[in-house]
Amino acid sequence: MRWLRFLLLILVARPLALFMTGADVSGRERLPLKGPAIVAANHSSHVDTLLLLAIFPSRALMRVRPAAAADYFLKDPVIGWFSRNVIGIVPVARLKAGAGEDVLAPAREALAAGDIVVVFPEGTRGDGDELGQLKGGVARLAEAFPDAPVTPVWIQGAGRVLPKGEAIPAPLNCAVLVGEPMRWTGQRPAFMASLRAALLALKAEAPPLRWS
Amino acid sequence: MASLDNLGPDTFRAFLAAQPPALLAGLGGVVALLGVAGAISAALSAWRPGTRFLELRRRIASWWVMVALLAGALLAGWQATVVVFAVISFMALREFLSLAPIRKEDRPAILAAYLILLAAYGFIAADRYMFYLVFIPVWTFLGLPFLMALLGQTRGFLTTAATFHWGLVTCVYNLGFAAFLMRVPASDHLPAGAAGLVFFLLLATEFNDVAQYVVGKVIGRHKVVPTVSPNKTWEGFVGGWLLTALLIWKLGPVFTPLSGRGLLIVALALPVAGFAGDVTMSAVKRDIGVKDTSNAIPGHGGVLDRADSLTFTAPLYFHLLALFALHKF
Repeated sequence: MRWLRFLLLILVARPLALFMTGADVSGRERLPLKGPAIVAANHSSHVDTLLLLAIFPSRALMRVRPAAAADYFLKDPVIGWFSRNVIGIVPVARLKAGAGEDVLAPAREALAAGDIVVVFPEGTRGDGDELGQLKGGVARLAEAFPDAPVTPVWIQGAGRVLPKGEAIPAPLNCAVLVGEPMRWTGQRPAFMASLRAALLALKAEAPPLRWS
Repeated sequence: MASLDNLGPDTFRAFLAAQPPALLAGLGGVVALLGVAGAISAALSAWRPGTRFLELRRRIASWWVMVALLAGALLAGWQATVVVFAVISFMALREFLSLAPIRKEDRPAILAAYLILLAAYGFIAADRYMFYLVFIPVWTFLGLPFLMALLGQTRGFLTTAATFHWGLVTCVYNLGFAAFLMRVPASDHLPAGAAGLVFFLLLATEFNDVAQYVVGKVIGRHKVVPTVSPNKTWEGFVGGWLLTALLIWKLGPVFTPLSGRGLLIVALALPVAGFAGDVTMSAVKRDIGVKDTSNAIPGHGGVLDRADSLTFTAPLYFHLLALFALHKF
């Protein structure tokens, strides 16, 4: 199963991401190569996950686990199987948050096992233009693993390739900007504020999105 | 097993023997030139370590990749060359549509633009010259705006329709002429085959780019259009023009059936077209607000940054060849 995932990611996901987005990465050397590590990116499209899986070097690829909404990706058995075994998702039961259930348990297990967990702190896909409100789960993960670096990543333009609600992707260049890894600072609100600032600083460096 | 081991080198030798000697010599010359450039940049880096010459080395490393890709395609034949140019056009068009101001409603038009690219290269593969000539300038020019009208958004309509057309003509139609040269038959008395025609277009265009850049760096003083492209100087333009014209005049007969008046006109006009392509694309980039169209080619920028002059030189070279030397077109 692991090898099937590896081959599909190398032979299908990478060429597909390259064709659809050009995968224009800057700062690739800042990506973590071993876990426990957290990658925090903005979210505007399913293409985000494809693109992030495509830009990691092969030796780190098997460790990369995108966090994904259990209510969306696990409701259908076929998509669920694919999400777990090929995409390698860490399920987050969004709908059960606040009901006393520990929705971050799978993510913590993955980090404890030495995986690189990719999170989208906005919690859902945005319109691709602005950074939405960030949810605090990433701070709780960083607090639980204070030695794990948190690498901010800005993905520019994925929302144009495949916006929410569209079925057919249109190839357009996406810039992926990898920022300097951050460390847990000891305080959740301050940590979230600096993560937001880091993401917005990367966004400011990205090529302009001229669509209206 | 022994016979299998011998198959590789023998087939390779037979493959090379079937190629026009002038084309092989030309490709060998480019490889030698790149080797010298690589040695100089390595020596410079050793003399002054640090990041100063890193960009130059990156740029030369990318040249190796581009030369290997194009040389491989030219040696493999017209099918491979058409595919490689289709990919170049696709990457250039994707860069253009990604940076140009586009409306959210235009997603179907973006998809249609890629289908138009496929159809245009299909006409090259099918060797249908007349279809190719009118497909983008006439039928796409009319059809794509009609599709956009059906999408129902009239805000910024004319601007967006013009943007799409500009991208398709430069990135697809104009670059496609380079690929179409591969369809010239041997009966047209080609000294280095059809691949020799394409090779010489690429050689002259890129030599002109580099010559204008280097001469401008060394003795450039007076800027041509500082508001558009601050690095372009009259000295660089004229120096590159003279050097490239001399190159075309000397080597033109080796790779093309051009001679006399036709050769002279190509020698004089091609460097000007290359300069025009460079400056015009700079104006587009400045309007959009970017320096490079992407980072697809390390040290060079995007595909469109590298191919900007080619979008002007390819149709010019094609039509001058057709006028003076080729019976097919």
